[in-house]
Amino acid sequence: MPVNADFQGRVYPPTETYRVSAAKIREFAEAVGSADPVHVDPEVARARGYADVIAPPTFAVLIAQQCDAQLIRDPEAGIDFSRVVHGEQRFAHHRPLTAGDAVIGTLHVDAVREAGGHAMVTTRTELATEAGEPVCTATSTIVIRGAE
Amino acid sequence: MSSLPSDHTSVRTFDSVSVGDALPPLTVHVDRARLVQYAGASLDRNRIHWDEPFAKKVGLPDVIAHGMFTMGSAVTLVTDWVGDAGRVVEYGVRFTRPVVVPYDTGADIEVSGVVKAADPETKRVTVELTATAAGEKVLGRALAVARLD
Repeated sequence: MPVNADFQGRVYPPTETYRVSAAKIREFAEAVGSADPVHVDPEVARARGYADVIAPPTFAVLIAQQCDAQLIRDPEAGIDFSRVVHGEQRFAHHRPLTAGDAVIGTLHVDAVREAGGHAMVTTRTELATEAGEPVCTATSTIVIRGAE
Repeated sequence: MSSLPSDHTSVRTFDSVSVGDALPPLTVHVDRARLVQYAGASLDRNRIHWDEPFAKKVGLPDVIAHGMFTMGSAVTLVTDWVGDAGRVVEYGVRFTRPVVVPYDTGADIEVSGVVKAADPETKRVTVELTATAAGEKVLGRALAVARLD
């Protein structure tokens, strides 16, 4: 199997703090084509009850993929990154990521399984503020293609 | 179908929505410049998304879009319809096929959405998204849950 099956159930230590900036939110919103002014105009965001500009629903991937890198780069996991394909992605938001948030991610390896010579790894990143407020759960399944 | 919220503060009301409603469709045009922009914004700089010789060397037909670009641009159909990008509480997809992005023409991703469920207790609606490129489905089981007013 192109991944170490013993990794199922593993939890990595919390990452360093990621600081969500208004500039990164704007850049990401423009890149995915989200024209909602709530990403760029703090007054619009506050009128809707947010503390500052908020990120688009898939922004959390930026932080979650940095968490996933802990597993993908872990030599003991034995994953060849050039054979990795993104299979599924899911987000559950407790609230939108907001400019000024100081976020910590904790990576859980929920499942490692084999199907047709390929390995499928499901990871879950729990994003919370430094103060411990849960913000988002990002779940990702990657497929590691077996050797031909 | 009620009109789109326009003053940037009002969100679509739950009472104006019925199961089976279709959302206004969206065409997302993606070219190499857009993929470079997304690579920088998302920090996903995998070469298969912008380097054609590299993509072909690893067995792809051409440069392909980031799955997360497709996922992120498709959900703007829902956030524009709801009237607030912060109201999407759940969103998940399967990546069923890559979006191939040729240098000359780029690619068009056609996105549509239908309300599949509506829960009056929580005022949450579930929208099923369909995204196709070159006539093939590129997302599977694409469901977004939004909290309405």
